[in-house]
Amino acid sequence: MLYELHGVSKRYAQSKKKVAALHDVDLSIDQGEFVAIQGSTGSGKTTLLQMLGALDRPTSGSVLFDGVDLAGMKESELTKLRGRAFGFIFQAFNLIPTLTAQENVETALVPLHLSAAERGAKAQAALAELGLAERGKHLPAELSGGEQQRVAIARALVRSPRVILADEPTGNLDERTRDEIIALLQGLWQSRGQTIIVVTHDTHVAAPASRRFLLDDGAVISADAAADRVVVESPQRD
Amino acid sequence: MFLNYLFRELRHRHRQAVLTALGLALGICLVVTVSASAGGVRSAQNQVLHSLYGVGTDISVTQSAKSGSGGAQQFAMNPGSTKKQGQSFARDRVTSTMGLALLSTTKVTAVKSLSGVSSAVGGLTLSSMHVSGHFAKVSGSTSSSASKSTSAQPSTSSSGSATPSQSPIKISSFTIAGIDVSDQTIGPLSSTTLTSGRTFTSSETSAKVVVIDAAYAKQNSIVVGDTMKISGVSFKVIGIRKSATSSVDVYMPLLMAQTISGETGKVNEIYVKATSATQIATVKAEIKKTVSGATVTTAQDLANQVSGSLSSASKLSSSLGKWLEVAALISAVAVASLLTLSGVGRRVREFGTLKAIGWKSRRIVSQVLGEALIQGLAGGAIGVALGYAATRLIGAFSPSLQATVGASGLPTSRAGSFFGGAPGASSAGGGPGDALRGLSHTVTVYLHAPISVSLVAVAIALAVAGGLIAGGLGGWRAARLSPADALRRVD
Repeated sequence: MLYELHGVSKRYAQSKKKVAALHDVDLSIDQGEFVAIQGSTGSGKTTLLQMLGALDRPTSGSVLFDGVDLAGMKESELTKLRGRAFGFIFQAFNLIPTLTAQENVETALVPLHLSAAERGAKAQAALAELGLAERGKHLPAELSGGEQQRVAIARALVRSPRVILADEPTGNLDERTRDEIIALLQGLWQSRGQTIIVVTHDTHVAAPASRRFLLDDGAVISADAAADRVVVESPQRD
Repeated sequence: MFLNYLFRELRHRHRQAVLTALGLALGICLVVTVSASAGGVRSAQNQVLHSLYGVGTDISVTQSAKSGSGGAQQFAMNPGSTKKQGQSFARDRVTSTMGLALLSTTKVTAVKSLSGVSSAVGGLTLSSMHVSGHFAKVSGSTSSSASKSTSAQPSTSSSGSATPSQSPIKISSFTIAGIDVSDQTIGPLSSTTLTSGRTFTSSETSAKVVVIDAAYAKQNSIVVGDTMKISGVSFKVIGIRKSATSSVDVYMPLLMAQTISGETGKVNEIYVKATSATQIATVKAEIKKTVSGATVTTAQDLANQVSGSLSSASKLSSSLGKWLEVAALISAVAVASLLTLSGVGRRVREFGTLKAIGWKSRRIVSQVLGEALIQGLAGGAIGVALGYAATRLIGAFSPSLQATVGASGLPTSRAGSFFGGAPGASSAGGGPGDALRGLSHTVTVYLHAPISVSLVAVAIALAVAGGLIAGGLGGWRAARLSPADALRRVD
């Protein structure tokens, strides 16, 4: 099993109040799955994605990745793991505005300490795979929303991570571009067997996923096995 | 990647980068200007001290005159015969400078033999007073009204007249320095520069030759080759020397000064050069033991006695100037830090993203520091350029500073020794009181603000340090960002 989450809770202090973003979540994800985590705004889906991407630690419970509890790892180890195992895609693309498309892709290779030539070659190949071979020298502002998100996907894919974590990847895109991105992710999953975890409130984005979790108020209230997978549900809350 | 990212970011946020650099530049400009001005003030002080003291002189030794040894100058003005009524007369009186006691030349030898003393020479400073005029005509009387009138008005101006029948009596005075011609590297002559003619040769110990101060020579139309009569002895003018601040009008060999004043084997000042600056305090103490009751003055003592606008400028530059520099630097660094922190604040998503994709905090901090370093270097360069312009402006205006040394600060003997008669003032003609006027001496120097390579290096280093402090704070903030928080804040 790639991921195993046991009793994961996350609480934040907000204006002297403790707010529970996640509440006793149990779930597991296997290598090669396309998982969609659905839920409304504030349901805790982004927090859950951040737990899975080693960006945040649970207040209680354990997040096992390849059998190792991420909660017990040092910050430097988490940084190293993020640079090696995960590829992130964000709703707002999060490209560095002053760097070209190719340089943005190269930022993901910085933690691997490759030579400039190697970085350039890999970044160009990743952009070409996503149909952006000619757009490498352009700044993000010179690209359309769809192109920017494809650059962000190239950045996530360029170092062949074990997991692609996408947070509302089509949230800032029109329907047509959204469908293109969905098709792209689905293609990656089918052709590469890439593990993909997508957080979305959009059922269209979740549709091609092999499994879908529905979060509400920080707890998994339902899981839908779109494919032949074992589903572990969290205890349902009132 | 590092440099591309760095320069693109600076170009992208050029307004903030320029503001940060300018903030640092203003601080550096102030540091450069104040430091250069302080350097100029120090240089002016040195100029004053060197001219007062002699470039090579470390210590000066004098002895205060004994109580009751003073008194009015006396001139024998009795014509002696009624036949001399209405005829001209001239009287000279050359005396050791008032307030200074005479020391035996054996003291010079004793001081010279002290350990830590590199060399020591004796000097004899004299006041020469010349009185000339015509004896009064007194019809029907055998007494001399001229003698009465002159003795009655010893301190009046040269145009003063005693009685309706007394023609004006001219009184002029000047200061003579007897120089040990065997070593002219220390003592009063060492602070002057030759403008025409030549200086004494070491063999001219008893030659009837004099060197004249340029200001005195100009005022009295004396040129090299002229003859000057002092106390009945004719001296040939062999050279003219210039000094910004010298109080001596005429220099002559020590032996001749002793001869015309009748003070054979005597000096009233000993100039000492120590083997090293660190020896000065020890030598001072040794001299005090050797010459009992001596006033031993070092260059530092003299510097402490200087008053006037130069002294005020010096105090201002050393106290207020320093604080001004510190305040300006703190302000500049604070502005740079605030702008950098605000810049980091605006880049939270960017840094959060980079952390999410595996960038180490160290790499992000170095990116922020690199940007701050460039801003610091630019600020330093602009600041030095602005500071250079400001110092050029100061140089163009060359504000004058006055240094006053004398009666208020120095012991009478020192004042009398160093400043016995301001140049020009004595020759303008006056009463015997002119000799005392020298007790206070004011020197004017012009302020320049020189910029040295080391000052430029320090300024650039301060700007870079300021930039790095700002970048360090910004980097620290960026490093502390949790990637989840950074990304969440955007969401």
